Amino acid sequence: MNFTLHIWRQKNTSSDGSFVTYHVENIDSDTSFLEMLDHLNEKLIDKGKDCVVFDYDCREGICGTCSLVINGHPHGEKKATTTCQLYMRDYANQRELWIEPWRAQSFPIMKDLAVKREAFDRIIQSGGFISVSVGSAPEANSQLINKDDADCAFDSATCIGCGACVAVCPNASASLFVAAKINHFEQLPQGKIESKKRAERMINQMEEEGFGSCSNHRHCETVCPKEISVSNIATMNNLLLA
Amino acid sequence: MLQFHLVFCMQKFNPNVPTGPLEGRWEKHKFDLALIAPQNRKKYNIIVIGTGLAGASLCATLGEAGYNVQSFCYNDSPRRAHSIAAQGGVNASKNYQNDGDSTWRLFYDTIKGGDFRARESNIYRLAQLSCNIIDQAVSQGVPFAREYSGYLANRSFGGTQVSRTFYARGQTGQQLLLGAYSSMSKEIASGKVKHTSRSEMLEIIIIDGKARGVVVRNLITGEISSHVADCVVMCTGGYSNAYFLSTNAKGCNTSATWRAHKNGAYFANPSFTQIHPTCVPPTGDSQSKLTLMSESLRNDGRIWAPKNIEDCDKNPNEISEENRDYFLERMYPAFANLVPRDIASRALKGICDEGRGVGSIINNQRLGVYLDFSSVIEKMGIDKVKEKYGNLFDMYKSITGENPYEVPMKIYPAPHYTMGGLWVDYNLMTTIDGLFACGEANFSDHGANRLGASALMQGLADGYFIAPQTVANYLARGTFEKISNDHPEVVASIDAVKSRIDKLMNAPKPEHSPDYFHRKVGGILWAACGMARDKKALEEAVKSIEKLKFDFWQSIKVTGSDADFNQTLEKAGRVADFIELGHLMCVDALDREESCGAHARLEYLAESGDAMRDDENYGYVAAWEFNENGPKLHKEELNYEFIKPTYRDYK
Repeated sequence: MNFTLHIWRQKNTSSDGSFVTYHVENIDSDTSFLEMLDHLNEKLIDKGKDCVVFDYDCREGICGTCSLVINGHPHGEKKATTTCQLYMRDYANQRELWIEPWRAQSFPIMKDLAVKREAFDRIIQSGGFISVSVGSAPEANSQLINKDDADCAFDSATCIGCGACVAVCPNASASLFVAAKINHFEQLPQGKIESKKRAERMINQMEEEGFGSCSNHRHCETVCPKEISVSNIATMNNLLLA
Repeated sequence: MLQFHLVFCMQKFNPNVPTGPLEGRWEKHKFDLALIAPQNRKKYNIIVIGTGLAGASLCATLGEAGYNVQSFCYNDSPRRAHSIAAQGGVNASKNYQNDGDSTWRLFYDTIKGGDFRARESNIYRLAQLSCNIIDQAVSQGVPFAREYSGYLANRSFGGTQVSRTFYARGQTGQQLLLGAYSSMSKEIASGKVKHTSRSEMLEIIIIDGKARGVVVRNLITGEISSHVADCVVMCTGGYSNAYFLSTNAKGCNTSATWRAHKNGAYFANPSFTQIHPTCVPPTGDSQSKLTLMSESLRNDGRIWAPKNIEDCDKNPNEISEENRDYFLERMYPAFANLVPRDIASRALKGICDEGRGVGSIINNQRLGVYLDFSSVIEKMGIDKVKEKYGNLFDMYKSITGENPYEVPMKIYPAPHYTMGGLWVDYNLMTTIDGLFACGEANFSDHGANRLGASALMQGLADGYFIAPQTVANYLARGTFEKISNDHPEVVASIDAVKSRIDKLMNAPKPEHSPDYFHRKVGGILWAACGMARDKKALEEAVKSIEKLKFDFWQSIKVTGSDADFNQTLEKAGRVADFIELGHLMCVDALDREESCGAHARLEYLAESGDAMRDDENYGYVAAWEFNENGPKLHKEELNYEFIKPTYRDYK
């Protein structure tokens, strides 16, 4: 397969960026999307040019490092998938691809396709934990947890912190990310104790970081690679009202 | 002087294992360790490199205790360290299932699983601490699987006959790491931990024989900076990426441990690398990594290959039951599909070498066997299978384009974990004073083969419970002069980093990319130092790697600027270290003229294909000292006081 790629290139946070067009040829259908970009970078090295910077690490859809907006869709069009789990067979009917970074004020572009997501770390630091110290934990089975609650907590806890929800949101809101963490702990008796304070702190921090608020577009749950539901946001809002 | 030097070295190379009854050693040792009073802890500065399970848990614990911690990771957030990809679970000898588990049994399974090439005292301590890990994780809100009764659930893993693995669907590593990361975040908020992401450690600063700091490169701006402290802890993971294709994240590297080694830390058992049996088979030349399918799949899935070579390209659903060879069940009836990883991998390789592999043909061989869930789906129902393994099946489907609910999965072994690593004593300190190594970065607990669900256990035991005590002891017993950033050793370390980067940027005849060299060294290691090894191939590999190292420095081509976000430069630095480490892996594999665990020397295998240990001549940990004229071997004899090493029988 051959593709025409329009890739966002930007020297650093303060410079302007633009799309640059490249061509890649003879791409196998079993090649992953990121391997296709590896291939392009190998060609750029051959020509003595600076490679396209893009984020990746585990390449198995769990670390949350990879990003990329592909033809307007964060993590591509395929449902419940991270960019690193896209294969070129998914693009068999396309010849032209537009590849951009996450776009949100709170995620400044570092270079080309890589953004800074430390705002997410600071939101977790503001309250995304249970205040337990090492060594003081009771016997694990001393507190029973209803299986449905544990499963529900797990569903929220699967968030990989990639930021696709922010990238797709017209308000660049981090509500789904924040709500998933709040709801994870809210479902568990050991986490529930701090729930309200946690929610207040995390939402404050979210606003301080410049993320917008939720106005129910619900695009976030459609692009979330872990299919985290917007019902988490409802739980979060209820907590704040309580 | 010479005599003094010898004594000095020997003291550093002392495992410092406590004496007395095994059960009481850690308790006794903890009592003997010096403490630092709470009000004095703020006077001490500790650097932690890496924020996976070991690093994040250590940062959290040291921060809570009141020390000043500075941490660094190459990822864009501590939450992305590769521990996150661990799927199956974490072991603990809670004996919730009343199936005869105990601290002793977990200890014995682990030491036997490692083919009797690890220290009794360390493993016993690990088994003792296993239960605390589960308690700690649950209290942090880690959503482990539960029964309808509300109690914690368990499953079985390879190499054991009890059910002691705690799990969070197929994302146990993710949930445990997020737990440790959340505790670490709490300490970042409290100001006790100062963390910097997107920073790579490129040199260690040693002053008066003590590790006193590090040089790091800011991966976004290229800025080189020095950071000093009273001691340094490396939690930098393993080196499976030496093989290029592995299940590790692309960024995983040996650079931190290799810098430590080149500065005097011994590297132990570098050839002990785990090739995991259940990975998605490779398909072609563009492949950049391999993906693990959790070992937990072997709980229910049945592994088979066609009995007849002519069936190998058939649709597996059309191969009748009597024409299938469930070879693990046939060869190892007692443990069947749950034999340890090294044994399963070798058996799989054997089947494919016989020509009975399935799937894509690579180098004239089909590399794959089936992992079949059809009978389980029939028995348990598709919903139950989805609940247990859903995310793994989805992952397989997205990678291969095949639906594992309808067609059996194909699997083939891939490099996954490295038992070898920096040599450490019972206090997890390397042969450099004040330099500690935790988690996969050290060699300590898994011998020649690691059992499933014990990497998470070790990383967290080191970080939450062991290193915080032993690091405090080191600090309490020493005196630490203040070091300024213009100290000659600090300046020299910065200069060393800069001149190395200059060399990478300006090779005499730049021609090949870092990936080109990485694939080369990976190919050599996979062929000569992978699942099967022999003298001749290893000797040739040593020579080829020496030549490759020469070629690398002649013709490495890095484009762009070093004062910039430059992933090509990052890769080049890591590959340079992998090449040198690869050389040591082969030297170590050559030295060990026996087979044990994952180290299968073809000359020393039983007819059945099982490893034949030579305890008399090789019952030691091989600890290698760096030397410009070639590595120097030091042997730590392994004395078994409490158990008797036996032939590892899983039949």
